[in-house]
Amino acid sequence: MKPFTYSRATSVADAAKTAAAMQGARFIAGGTNLLDLMKLQIETPTHLIDVNHLGLDRIEPTPEGGLRIGALVRNTDLAADKTVRRDYGVLSRALLAGASGQLRNKATTAGNLLQRTRCPYFYDTNMPCNKRKPGSGCGAIGGISRSLAILGVSDACIAQHPSDMAVAMRLLDAQVETVGADGVARAIPIADFHTLPGDTPHIESALKNGEIITSVTLPKPIGGTHVYRKVRDRASYAFALVSVAAVFGKDGGGRFAFGGIGAKPWRTPAADAAASSGAKAVAEAALSGARTTYHNAFKKTLVERTLASLYRQKEARS
Amino acid sequence: MPSDHLTRRSLLQGSAAVAAAAPTLASAGAATARPTAKGETGMIPVELTVNGREVHLQLDPRTTLLDALREHLHLTGTKKGCDQGQCGACTVIVEGRRINSCLTLAVMHDGDTVTTIEGLGTADKLHPMQRAFITHDGYQCGYCTPGQICSAVAVLEEIAAGVPSHVTDDLDRVALSDRELRERMSGNICRCAAYPNIIAAMNEVAGEKKA
Ligand SMILES: Cc1cc2nc3c(=O)[nH]c(=O)nc-3n(C[C@H](O)[C@H](O)[C@H](O)COP(=O)(O)OP(=O)(O)OC[C@H]3O[C@@H](n4cnc5c(N)ncnc54)[C@H](O)[C@@H]3O)c2cc1C
Ligand code: SF4
Ligand code: FES
Ligand code: FES
Repeated sequence: MKPFTYSRATSVADAAKTAAAMQGARFIAGGTNLLDLMKLQIETPTHLIDVNHLGLDRIEPTPEGGLRIGALVRNTDLAADKTVRRDYGVLSRALLAGASGQLRNKATTAGNLLQRTRCPYFYDTNMPCNKRKPGSGCGAIGGISRSLAILGVSDACIAQHPSDMAVAMRLLDAQVETVGADGVARAIPIADFHTLPGDTPHIESALKNGEIITSVTLPKPIGGTHVYRKVRDRASYAFALVSVAAVFGKDGGGRFAFGGIGAKPWRTPAADAAASSGAKAVAEAALSGARTTYHNAFKKTLVERTLASLYRQKEARS
Repeated sequence: MPSDHLTRRSLLQGSAAVAAAAPTLASAGAATARPTAKGETGMIPVELTVNGREVHLQLDPRTTLLDALREHLHLTGTKKGCDQGQCGACTVIVEGRRINSCLTLAVMHDGDTVTTIEGLGTADKLHPMQRAFITHDGYQCGYCTPGQICSAVAVLEEIAAGVPSHVTDDLDRVALSDRELRERMSGNICRCAAYPNIIAAMNEVAGEKKA
């Protein structure tokens, strides 16, 4: 790790202000992604602002009947929360499908949203990578790209977004609440929170310099049957090749969000609209515009089959 | 660079470097760090309660909790396998929860209570989980074992507290089963594949708890 200085933030406003004022400053929450990348010198912050002691670790109802999840709520606690289990089961399921028990005890809501890609070339500092070093090229395009994205990709970057939790957040129409360096609070719809790579794959979210996430809110519960299916190389403790989050309504309708295939957690209105037509139709709608490589073309088939298995599971239950 | 900043990579760079650096590790706690960008020494006081003992350290902020335990407090029971959250060998219990000590900074835990394998039990007074691991042959080389045991102790508490897992069918009904134990222990890799015996050990302790 490169040397850095360290401080504990005393208030949200202070954290945002410090982060904006000090070049090279970064927030640290659970540290499970940032420290990993710092050891490899992929991330080289000169100052760490510890946001663990700001009281952002509560889960509480919103006046609109939804739920406000503090940015520092640990993944374990969010998955185990009684209201989340009952009303937002897909979120519990997605969280529990990610990482390991130890990691979930540390990983936070905000940190999980902002975790960086698992593209192997991003991790290998001997290889070109536009995300790690803008303008250096992309090792994955033309390389071994089995794990990488097929939707929302660009000529500069085909990295997949690795989060499970964020897929469920996308499905549930979450909003990311922040405070900027100027002290002003805003709410960013999850659909706009993660940005597509385009020509600037090093920019991954809508956050501005110094902006800190304070919470993530969920709208009021939508009912239905909540499922999350993750397909991976091991039965546990591995990132998704493909994952599908779904809520099936009693009326035959449904909504779907996808992990492992998109440059960001993926969702399209057309896929939701196709819910009553079955797995094949949903897959076709969701995969519209997909751009595959020789190695990851299998993901298209896998999406359809994963959906088919979810439909069968739903039918077996009803 | 002071010796307490040896990374796994620099350790692997050559056995000569390892031999030269190793003896100085013992005095690492007292070494002064290279001044940081702001011209300070960069050392930060950290107070921990480790296995019931209060300790005071002066640490470079880069020191992981794992390195603080091993290199500064000489509690070498906790192991470094991958140093990147992928193996679980470094699992310790902090404020009652199991975490990977390699992926957290010691300075982030100022004021916290840490339990390592050395704090669970001693050779004369084994923790029930340690005893069960011996009874059931829950290890071969033993490298992953301290992490496995810390994890196993915490897993039984998580199940008792009703924390669901990926394989829990009904999120509101958490019960003990081999399937649950296997899933919950997936963050602890064992190169010797002692897995079935670890599950047997955990089942024994869980049974004793119930009785
Ligand atoms: C071996 C391994 C396996 C894993 N497997 C999975 C998996 O299967 N599925 C999955 O989804 N994830 C997986 N993960 C990733 C894990 O979920 C993330 O590392 C974790 O969620 C990150 O959260 P954190 O709090 O530790 O973030 P940190 O590492 O602390 O921070 C991550 C980023 O978020 C920023 N940040 C943190 N808090 C804030 C805030 N409040 N406001 C603004 N910015 C902030 C930091 O500056 C940093 O850039 C795995 C990780 C490991 C190491
Ligand atoms: S896909 Fe993106 S992250 Fe991977 S090497 Fe190319 S630019 Fe880097
Ligand atoms: S050493 Fe920490 S998980 Fe491997
Ligand atoms: S006993 Fe050898 S690695 Fe587990």
